[in-house]
Amino acid sequence: MSEARRGPGGTGPTEVSLPATREVLATLRAGDEVVLTGPVYTARDATHERLLAGLRSAGELPHGLAGQTLLYAGPTPPAAGRPSGALGPTTAKRMDRATPALLEAGIVATIGKGPRSAEVRRACAEYGSVYFAAVGGAAALLAMHVTAAETVAYPELGTEALVRLQLDRFPAFVAIDARGEDLYLTAALEWRGAAGIDGGDA
Amino acid sequence: MVGAEAIGSAVYDAIVRAATTLRPDALAAMRDAEARERSPRGRAILGQLLENARIAADDAVPLCQDTGSVWVLLEVGEGECVGGDVPDAVNAAVAAAYADAHLRMSIVRDALMDRANTKDNTPAFIDIGFRSGTGVTVTVMLKGGGSDNASAVSMLAPGDGEDGVVRFVTETVARTGASACPPLLVGVGVGATFDKVASLAKRALLRPIGTAHRDPRVAALERRIAAKVDALGIGPGGLGGTVTALGVHVVTAPCHIASLPVAVNVGCSAVRSASVEVA
Repeated sequence: MSEARRGPGGTGPTEVSLPATREVLATLRAGDEVVLTGPVYTARDATHERLLAGLRSAGELPHGLAGQTLLYAGPTPPAAGRPSGALGPTTAKRMDRATPALLEAGIVATIGKGPRSAEVRRACAEYGSVYFAAVGGAAALLAMHVTAAETVAYPELGTEALVRLQLDRFPAFVAIDARGEDLYLTAALEWRGAAGIDGGDA
Repeated sequence: MVGAEAIGSAVYDAIVRAATTLRPDALAAMRDAEARERSPRGRAILGQLLENARIAADDAVPLCQDTGSVWVLLEVGEGECVGGDVPDAVNAAVAAAYADAHLRMSIVRDALMDRANTKDNTPAFIDIGFRSGTGVTVTVMLKGGGSDNASAVSMLAPGDGEDGVVRFVTETVARTGASACPPLLVGVGVGATFDKVASLAKRALLRPIGTAHRDPRVAALERRIAAKVDALGIGPGGLGGTVTALGVHVVTAPCHIASLPVAVNVGCSAVRSASVEVA
């Protein structure tokens, strides 16, 4: 089921069920705080090379990824009785060179950290996709929001294997919305110079 | 005499502690950041990072999934003799600690020619220095890839002076800081030579956050850079705010009359290091 439900009284994070349709993603705005529930697929540098090769050779996304969400992450091995070890977002811009092609082929959302290229912003607007930012370094906390993990492909890549994770209220922010609006372009500007008001001898 | 096995054992203990426990000074700096951050989103992110530190310590799980490359600094007392194959003992300790503590294997065999994972997080990157007294101080830093990627070196002209250093550090953080898991600990090296200045910047990350530099001129430079970095507005998680740096630490050194080398080594919010004394 795909939906986006605002928090009670318009406060609190928006609940987003995955996989999300483009209609639901279109209701989200850059800056929205969200919690994500449903399946995502981990993919980072080496995984992206495999996905692009699969896309080139078959003409479609491998492993039934059309309509799904990619999480840029390589977890630690499972521990403490949990399905996933520590799991946090890795830097999204390293995946930028592959992202427009993957969005065109059917990936509807991505999760990572940090700013992305203008090409990714344009691709989000063109294909109605959303880029969510999770908090880098909060990997012990984020792992508490993973209820199941299953390796789908490329186990030889170790932490870079394609793994399907089931998320339960995984906290994130809408960084680039389906109109191509980018929180990273506006948030720092909004606060630029504000720290100096409290003092500092700059 | 200190044996290689004792050094390996210290490396093992330091890795496990650093991976799962936020440094006390970093924890205090994070709490201070939460109190002075003015962006509501920034405060929410700092709240997540503080909760993350609590979970990691309580459950003995890694703070961050990027459990890093291992940098080992051995400071050998001038009256000490070290016996045995130290690199071998250090690498054996890295392999054992990463397997036992369920840490992530993040090292490839060759940067360009063979990016196959070594599957035991070796080799460690080892520096050796000397200090007074006896024994060996073993310091381990686990360096995440995202924050190391945000680092930079520049060979300035002497005439660029303090203003040039401030500008280079600020521009580096402006360009790369949002992807490096802020709030950041910004390590700055100034001086030495092209190859050594980056090491100075890395060592700057070891100084406890909140302690003042013993040279008041350097302490003033640190405050000046910190104000500039916070004024960038990058904020916690890079999503806007008034706290971009948990601290700015500068290490200065002698250098050539023609040079003003400067390096920035960015530490993420989960700056991870631990030291063990081996007698």
